Amino acid sequence: MVTTREHARAVAARVTDPELPMLTLADLGVLRDVTVTADGVVVTITPTYSGCPALETMRDDLVSELRAAGYRDVTVRTALHPPWSSDWISEDGRRKLAEAGIAPPGPAPAHGQGPIPLTLHTPRSQVPSDVCCPWCGSAETAELSRFGATACRALRTCSTCAEPFEHVKEI
Amino acid sequence: MSFDNAYEAITEQNDARWAFGTGFDSPLSGVDSELPEGVDRADLATYSLMLADDALVVSHRLQQWCTHAPELEEEVALANIALDLLGQARMLYTRAGQAEGGDRAEDDYAYFRTESEFGNVRLAELDQPDFAVLVATLLVFTTWRLALLQRMTGSRDPVLAAIAAKGIKEVTYHRDYAAQWVVRLGDGTDYSRQRMRDALEAVWPYVDELFATHPVERRMAEAGVGADPASLRDECAAVFGTVLESATLEVPQVSPRAGVAGRAGRHGVHTESMGYLIAELQAVARAHPEATW
Repeated sequence: MVTTREHARAVAARVTDPELPMLTLADLGVLRDVTVTADGVVVTITPTYSGCPALETMRDDLVSELRAAGYRDVTVRTALHPPWSSDWISEDGRRKLAEAGIAPPGPAPAHGQGPIPLTLHTPRSQVPSDVCCPWCGSAETAELSRFGATACRALRTCSTCAEPFEHVKEI
Repeated sequence: MSFDNAYEAITEQNDARWAFGTGFDSPLSGVDSELPEGVDRADLATYSLMLADDALVVSHRLQQWCTHAPELEEEVALANIALDLLGQARMLYTRAGQAEGGDRAEDDYAYFRTESEFGNVRLAELDQPDFAVLVATLLVFTTWRLALLQRMTGSRDPVLAAIAAKGIKEVTYHRDYAAQWVVRLGDGTDYSRQRMRDALEAVWPYVDELFATHPVERRMAEAGVGADPASLRDECAAVFGTVLESATLEVPQVSPRAGVAGRAGRHGVHTESMGYLIAELQAVARAHPEATW
């Protein structure tokens, strides 16, 4: 059996996200590192959000996928720093999100040293927006709610084609 | 692994657990747990517990809004905010356990401590009889916590620094959510404005306590691990001023609610609401200790 780092990484990289199953953990940018040791393989992942319940499932899925590929001793470590950013979603991942009707995130806001600025505008007041509708491409979209079905997604609506859609938040 | 249907998921051979309840893996599993040199272990444990308790108790209050929020979108938003805070609490409890050096883990702190062992600020535990009180509480709490976490990103404890760096991204969203609602209600109809003003008056007596420094907080700030809450007052006041001005409201002129002989939430002295909250939070875990499902 081949037990190179590349092979182990390839196996870990094909595990999909439980909540965005069109993305692999590598696409999502949560797969930080894969190393092969004498005893087995060590995978390092990072949570997208502090309370992300999918992390437990990712851990189980990684162990199960790597064991099925012949790695008996699999350790999954969590890295907290630096914190995950939506900027880490790969180009491939962004394309897959858009194909599934989920608008990919724009650039994440940079947090400098000073106090973090407030955003007081109401969500519907910025049309046209930077977020284009994944169905028709229109920029005439507005945020319905900044919090969607999972911590990483917001709800938006398109006023051109009248379809609602999800948007992966910038973080 | 992936499953074609839910039945397949619960009958999987190699996994005894079919749903997540208690018995989670440690949220800091695999994170380097070494303690920074020269930092008092007991203080670090107590400090981590204070910050964890704030997050857990506010999270619990938000969870109580499930099925009670005015609109589905708000319910989802509140559940999301609750989940982020719960995640922060879990990591902080785990850090407290590492600092303490015993065998206590997150569930032990959340479910098996008494009311007086909880060190959350009293603002966190207040009853939220209506949506305006909820957003008033959330505005104050998130503004304060965001300022606190931002200072802690430079903590000498690398675990607290990492939890804070992650937390500020989340709490920035939480604070915007609360602030936008305060503006919408305050600058809304005469009726919504009156309700928002009443809510601020109900919450504001507990604001002063947020900036009172407990001896553990002072020592942790001096050690470069934490932040002195007194140093957050001006930044928070500026945010409150901006939001309330946009909401055409004023900062309430009310007296701070005194503690008992100078002791308040951080010392384990709570309001009457806390006992009910703890009872609900802990009932299942105390009835079935060690249960996992």
